[in-house]
Amino acid sequence: MEAALVEKDVLQRVLAEAMGRGGEFAEVFVEDRTTSSAVLDQRRIEELSSGRDRGAGIRVVIGDTTGFAHTADLSEHGLMAAAQAAAAVARHGGGGVREVPLGTLTQHRTTARLMPGEVDKARKIELLRLADDTARSESGSISQVQVGIGDSTRRFVVANSEGVLASDEQVRTRFNVSCVASGDSGMQTGYRPLAATLGFEIVTHEAVAEAARGAARQAITKLEARPAPSGDLPVVLAGGSGGILFHEACGHGLEADAILKEASVYAGKVGEQVASPLVTLVDDGTVVGEWGHLSIDDEGRPGARNVLIENGILTDYMWDYLRARKQGRQSSGNGRRQSYQHLPMVRMTNTYLLEGDSSADEIISQTPRGVYVAQLGGGQVNTATGDFVFGMTAAFMIENGQITYPLRDCNLIGNGPEVLKRVDAVASDFSMTPGTCGKDGQSVPVGTGQATMRLSGVTIGGAA
Amino acid sequence: MSELLELAERILEAATGSEEIEVYLSSGIDTEVQAYQGEIEQLSSATSSGVGIRVLRESVGGAQVGTAWAGSLGDEAIFDALREARDNVRFATEDEFLAFARPDGVPAVELELSDSRVLTTSIDDKIAMAIELERMVRSGDSRIRQVDSANYSDYVAEAAILSTTGIRATYARSGAFVSVEAIATDGDDDQTGWGLSAGRAPSDLDLAVAAADAISRATRMLGAVKPKSMKTTAVFDPRNAATLLSIIGGALSGEAVIRGRSFFANRLGETVASAQFTLLDDPTDPRHFAASVFDGEGLACRRNLMIEAGELRGFVYDTVSARRAGTVSTGSAIRGGIAGSPSAGCRALQLAPGGLSQDQIIASVGEGIYVESLMGIHSGVNPISGDFSVGVTGRIIRDGQLAEPVREVTVASTLQRMLLDVSHVGNDVEWLPGNSAGQTIAIGEIAVSGA
Repeated sequence: MEAALVEKDVLQRVLAEAMGRGGEFAEVFVEDRTTSSAVLDQRRIEELSSGRDRGAGIRVVIGDTTGFAHTADLSEHGLMAAAQAAAAVARHGGGGVREVPLGTLTQHRTTARLMPGEVDKARKIELLRLADDTARSESGSISQVQVGIGDSTRRFVVANSEGVLASDEQVRTRFNVSCVASGDSGMQTGYRPLAATLGFEIVTHEAVAEAARGAARQAITKLEARPAPSGDLPVVLAGGSGGILFHEACGHGLEADAILKEASVYAGKVGEQVASPLVTLVDDGTVVGEWGHLSIDDEGRPGARNVLIENGILTDYMWDYLRARKQGRQSSGNGRRQSYQHLPMVRMTNTYLLEGDSSADEIISQTPRGVYVAQLGGGQVNTATGDFVFGMTAAFMIENGQITYPLRDCNLIGNGPEVLKRVDAVASDFSMTPGTCGKDGQSVPVGTGQATMRLSGVTIGGAA
Repeated sequence: MSELLELAERILEAATGSEEIEVYLSSGIDTEVQAYQGEIEQLSSATSSGVGIRVLRESVGGAQVGTAWAGSLGDEAIFDALREARDNVRFATEDEFLAFARPDGVPAVELELSDSRVLTTSIDDKIAMAIELERMVRSGDSRIRQVDSANYSDYVAEAAILSTTGIRATYARSGAFVSVEAIATDGDDDQTGWGLSAGRAPSDLDLAVAAADAISRATRMLGAVKPKSMKTTAVFDPRNAATLLSIIGGALSGEAVIRGRSFFANRLGETVASAQFTLLDDPTDPRHFAASVFDGEGLACRRNLMIEAGELRGFVYDTVSARRAGTVSTGSAIRGGIAGSPSAGCRALQLAPGGLSQDQIIASVGEGIYVESLMGIHSGVNPISGDFSVGVTGRIIRDGQLAEPVREVTVASTLQRMLLDVSHVGNDVEWLPGNSAGQTIAIGEIAVSGA
């Protein structure tokens, strides 16, 4: 049993200090994170890096105002100073709470079987080399292989003036392979990630070799790629690859911070048909092992499965403590932050579309002309207008119901509310993909998922 | 600063005879204010500090490097990091080109990049700026229906890089920013626009400029339509031209080139851009927001000519990429904070100004698309293959003038083609925050994908 990051009686005194000037809500978030990473590039193990970051973020809420301060000094003195800085927003002072009783600690544990810190560094190196060798043995055209391995172990405790006292330990492990293939037509890239909210047990020889082959084949295939078409075409998204579309096209617009500021096209639309009846969209922090999994969120609220859109009808938004408090409701377990140096805000966890009953083959064969997207890269959305883009990093032309030639990288562009209505087929081959979501300068790990599906029309931003 | 130096010296003293140590120490104070509906929505203040340590060992087959970092300057954290870095060394591949920077005799320019007014300006004055900015946007145009966030932020930071190979560099810098995002409506259609003002101190900021920019960008886009697909000339405004230059800069990294990850590889001396295109990376220019005295390895920053009248003249290098390429560092090591190792990159790009104003360029182009915002840069640009496909909003250019607004459209080409197709470079240089300044540029033969 490891020692508490900060003792309960200290947390109580710090919260009392934070509330003492008239705060309505105060919270102390203490975090201790260790990370390690290694990179193989150009056949060399270039760098092993280890990091440690610990500190506390304290916020005080008065009316609609939040004061925040953070410190790397976890002594009572350091925490008190941060509490006073955070409470400085209470400009009129006095009359505040003097005592904050905390409940019994609710403790959560990682389900990781093999803690990354306990894995011999030599074994990590061996796996990097395995990926390099496997990728290069796919074809002589593989000119570069870059392999990364990384893990983070994040212990935190959160205590607030409503008596919440909860801790969690989140272990995440990732392994990724990037390849460059060179041919007469120039250079092309391939990429495969392997990532889970689990320990080193996910990085098996088989999984590493599969990721390496996948990245290599993707780059090799793209050597034959032709410029993507431009204009409006049907798009078939392969299972697992397209979840980011929902993350971007509507997920961000369903976050309550955007909703309450009427900065989302989905504001005021609960109960309305916002998508094709084939769309049931869920955000679910409880999917153990997935990249966005959490036992509790960064406000101490248990992760939850929240149905956002059911058969095309908007059912609810995602909420953190602050936004839920304004509406007199409960948080949905979506309050997350990058680190103790950041304020929590509404964030997605694992966001996915429930599967349907078509088959992938059927969907492709019933598409006379279109684009088949095997992998999507990053994306971006303007929540106020719903306009989004995302990049295709592995895509093919569909002609006469058959996948024909590969396409060069390009972006898709569309409008969230419009695209949701264009989902006209969903298969049953559900899978998920790990990703990193950026919002207001904070990055958090998220999962996205769906089964193979078709959009009746999306603008392809090709050059052909 | 003397505390950082003292601490750094103490870490270096721990070096054994068979190793080199480099330490990077930083500390800073940040303030952030977000205003909403005339009140403070968020007020944050924080001090932060950290250390990054690299240990290098020489052996017969070359050198090995291991790194570690910690988000505090406590003794325990520092010496834990040193121990981890030493342990990490053992696993790195021996590499004859690995080395820490050594003093190269290039004198550092003198630049005043830190302004104490960031610290002496009261928090009330900073709050007042955020609130006033929001008020200016809300009251500036009746079509503004919401101000999502109006922010003031600033920082002062200092850092020191010292090494047992003789590097001893210290930096101090400050920054102050206001930014605002506005949502405009015409009843049916909502559009957004954001405005920014940046400087080294609060007194450098121009709230009116930021407010006017956010208002005009949002309101101009009202009623935007999806244009027809076409091949045409794209005119990038200074803000988006800077983004484009920053992408080009990424491919000018000697490290990307030596690793075969740049479309500029093997093209030194060739014509890679149109004759109007002369690109510099010059952190010694005090007008540049990213100006800097030292690079991420503690060598003096210097002026580097990258592309001259379309001809590729050079790349930027840090110590290791330079050794691999058989040349010397150009003082261009970039470092992403305490957790990052140095790598070669452009720091302060600027394009030599042309002779025309933006209006003259638009008039000269005649027909095309004027680009006011880019979306999907990260997913849509491949610096290795050069493929370029990004979402844009902007306006149609017709008869030499700006016409109707357009949205949900992409522009595509390749970076290689785009550089050769630059037809005009404006004289309207804006010294924007980020690693590139920008001015209006026009690029022909762009595929516009719309309806």
